[in-house]
Amino acid sequence: MAACADKEAMLQALIDGELDAANALAMEAHLGACPACAAEHRAWRALRERLGAVDVAPAAPPALRLRIEEALAREAAALPARREGRPARRWRAWAIGGWSAAGMMAATAATFAILFLQPPPSDLGDQLVADHVRSLIPGHLIDVATSDRHVVKPWFNGRIDFAPPVPELADRGFPLAGGRLDVAAGRVVPVLVYRRRLHVINLFILPAAAKAGEARPSGASAPGYALVHWRQGGLDFWAVSDVGKADLDQFRTEFAARAGS
Amino acid sequence: MLPHMDAVYAYARFLSRDPIAAEDLAQDAYLRAFRSFSGYRGGNAKSWLLAIVRTCFLDWTRRRGGHEAEPAWEGDEDPAAAVADGADTPEEALIRAADATALRRAVDGLPEPFRETLVLRELEEMSYREIGDLMNVPLGTIMSRLARARRMLSRMLTASLAGGDD
Repeated sequence: MAACADKEAMLQALIDGELDAANALAMEAHLGACPACAAEHRAWRALRERLGAVDVAPAAPPALRLRIEEALAREAAALPARREGRPARRWRAWAIGGWSAAGMMAATAATFAILFLQPPPSDLGDQLVADHVRSLIPGHLIDVATSDRHVVKPWFNGRIDFAPPVPELADRGFPLAGGRLDVAAGRVVPVLVYRRRLHVINLFILPAAAKAGEARPSGASAPGYALVHWRQGGLDFWAVSDVGKADLDQFRTEFAARAGS
Repeated sequence: MLPHMDAVYAYARFLSRDPIAAEDLAQDAYLRAFRSFSGYRGGNAKSWLLAIVRTCFLDWTRRRGGHEAEPAWEGDEDPAAAVADGADTPEEALIRAADATALRRAVDGLPEPFRETLVLRELEEMSYREIGDLMNVPLGTIMSRLARARRMLSRMLTASLAGGDD
């Protein structure tokens, strides 16, 4: 038994729900009269149901999401300052809108907004928070992983043109996890990584800005992140973390006390 | 979290039939989308993104001289993951994962343009009009392509069933 060749296309439209009422009725009538087309219709319906029953389309790998978010953050950061406004903001509103519609808002919103399209570092604090968030992507946190400050300190030699203090703070509840190089304020800077319980504290160290008023004093913060700044020995220190502000203030006190010695 | 990430990835995956290339295409597409966002005039965001994926894919094909990749779903299916995230029993989850793999391979076995048309309809759940706009073909063509794609797919699935434990 052969199905009617001229009905083939219409049959697709019928199972895809693309026919208007009149054509759908006409096709149904034909299926009632033509067993071959009816059999074909059943087979196609079954195939469609089978395709819909399992996840044939693969989900995007989580690592890919991170990679793309990172690439977009870099892209956003590279936008010239005068263009930073509208496109990035519109995109962000759009991206977040699509996602709240999917009912997935909230918890990661702060991370996403910062990582994803916070337009560039008009403000150093914002930039450091974005760097901090980016550093938490697996494999980005630490270049030299050690709790031994005598390893971290020499590691920076030759990589940067000043010697940051690397005090040991494990006995104060802030074990050293290692160090890395990052980019902040347009230059390569050393970052010390300390831990506080399960949290990470990134400490960015920059040569003190020429103008005293250039850097914000301290205590600025983005949603969910604490940022503490202080100046000591000709260097600007910026600690960023998702620990509480009180913990970060304590970190500053302990670090400053030992960095001088 | 990126809008329509799974849709973008799946489309790139079935177009390229190459898991590595699909990731690069997805990334490329989001970067292009971001750069050309000022040109986005509202409307269906998914269609807009998939059209960008398509452009990226065509560029990629041109760069590699038009050679099609060999289908490859082997080895990238993790049954343990399927069991872990399924709501049903481990046995059911494994059967579903196996069926998903069989269907993916069958879809990958379709020649173009039938594969793309079927993927857009069945997996991306786009309307004929959206598919027509995206692929720049009339609706009648979409219907006849779908008919051929579905016929080939049925035949392949029947053959693989008869072929034993594959």
